[in-house]
Amino acid sequence: MPPGTMNPFSPESILPRLAEKFPEGTATLVNDTGAAAQHSLLLDGRHAADIAIFLRDDPALRLDYCSNVTGMDWLKKGFLEAVYHLYSVEKKSSAPVILRLRTSGRGDGPATVSVPSLTPVWRSCELQEREIYDLYGIVFTGHPDLRRLLMWDEFKDFPMRKDYVPPGDDATA
Amino acid sequence: MTLSPQALDDVHGDLMEISLGPHHPSTHGVFRMNVTLDGEVVVKLKPVFGYLHRNHEKIAEQNTYLASIPYTDRLDYLCSLTNNWAYVHAVEKLAGIPVPERAEYLRIVLGELARIINHVCLVGFLLNDLGTSFTPLLYSLRERERMLDLVEELTGSRMMCNFFRFGGLRTDVSQDWLARLRAYLGDGFAQYLDEQDALLSGNEILLARTQNVGTLPAALAIQAGITGPMLRASGVAYDIRKVDKYSLYARLAFQIPIGEHGDTYDRYMMRMLEMRESVKIILQAMDALRDLPANAPHIEPKARNQGLRPKAGEAYARIEGPKGELGFHLVSDGTGKPWRYRIRPPSLINLTALEDMCLGQTLADTVVILGSVDIVLGEVDR
Repeated sequence: MPPGTMNPFSPESILPRLAEKFPEGTATLVNDTGAAAQHSLLLDGRHAADIAIFLRDDPALRLDYCSNVTGMDWLKKGFLEAVYHLYSVEKKSSAPVILRLRTSGRGDGPATVSVPSLTPVWRSCELQEREIYDLYGIVFTGHPDLRRLLMWDEFKDFPMRKDYVPPGDDATA
Repeated sequence: MTLSPQALDDVHGDLMEISLGPHHPSTHGVFRMNVTLDGEVVVKLKPVFGYLHRNHEKIAEQNTYLASIPYTDRLDYLCSLTNNWAYVHAVEKLAGIPVPERAEYLRIVLGELARIINHVCLVGFLLNDLGTSFTPLLYSLRERERMLDLVEELTGSRMMCNFFRFGGLRTDVSQDWLARLRAYLGDGFAQYLDEQDALLSGNEILLARTQNVGTLPAALAIQAGITGPMLRASGVAYDIRKVDKYSLYARLAFQIPIGEHGDTYDRYMMRMLEMRESVKIILQAMDALRDLPANAPHIEPKARNQGLRPKAGEAYARIEGPKGELGFHLVSDGTGKPWRYRIRPPSLINLTALEDMCLGQTLADTVVILGSVDIVLGEVDR
């Protein structure tokens, strides 16, 4: 990248482009304070699928490849998150564009909190969103085949949640 | 053989559901496919995961950063060296730890050696799946054993190497060891590759069983997040060593083999060609190492750092593993344990398009297609 030009894949250059197309407040910058400085975009669930399609099809970005989806449980902040890492195979981008989708709460008992599924946009999310549903209990609305992936079907709990108590331990506590 | 929908209508019979695996030699571990067959042709295929699940990610969230390195050995247990590399690469990014030049070159030597060991296994097992009854597999395992002898001498273990550390490696690598690896690659291994190519790569039965079998179009491969040799077999020139230029790969000259048809044969050939490229990379890295002082004192600065506490933040880092993009997503809350530790497993995500590749193929071909995807269940199920 020649000096002076803005990297089109940085969140700073994507945000104004999203502001042109979508209503205000649909995407906000989340700053990463760590050494890697991987800043991300927090998306409003109602427009997430449209934004994802825009990012995938925009000729300057062509984020045609969703590499990774991470589930997160922010116990103290009171919500769950799905974090997507996007790259462009066509443009050979080397830094990820990071999207975050947040649930409105953590839900109690069976999976009741949801975010929109991005599997219809990037099929590589299919198994990864199933895994997050399985281990965190986030329901991905619009997912074509949302079933548990690693745990067995009869399993009730979500073991990756921060407040998960493994069976047997509660009796001794 | 692919049957057209028209031909399928003509021979339509009663559908039969069978469960292939989890205890089946061709599934390379405890993987299961629920297959619906029309005669011998696959009309539906649903993979079932989780038989080897031990929630590796949860375990790692309860460990210090350093304590997770040996756990990564057990992900894709055929190439623990690259697993180590991907993990320490992510921690180095998260904590801003620099890596000295000598360590980077040594990592490249070991990482490419892991790629060769992985591909040797794949080629052997794929030919075994094709029914060659062990002869090519034993030739492959003979070579793997010679390389594992070197790995064992260096790391103390054949497979569970636990050799990478944040900012370097566990120990330096001696010139003598490097010289013996160089001698082996130039002699025994080069002979194996030539022999394998002469005996098998143009073999009529191999061609008949693998060409136009399990074709994966480029657009679907990108859409489904397929990476590594499988993506390149579909004709997409995408290699993270070239795209991200991590470590010192930008200084080394090597080619990225590209397939044409995206069929099982191309996936086989990708591995054969990549092994030759990996040999070239190792030799170049060794040449560069000659000019760098051995046993340089700066090689293991944070190697024993039990108390590593990265600043709060997050980092996603990836490398070109032998099976595809191996990534780690780490979140630090400023304490000595990762708050979130996520692995992006290429083996699992490369199975996203398995059903698409198998539809319309015979059951016997399904075994071969799965073999060409190259999965290790330790990584699929984590």
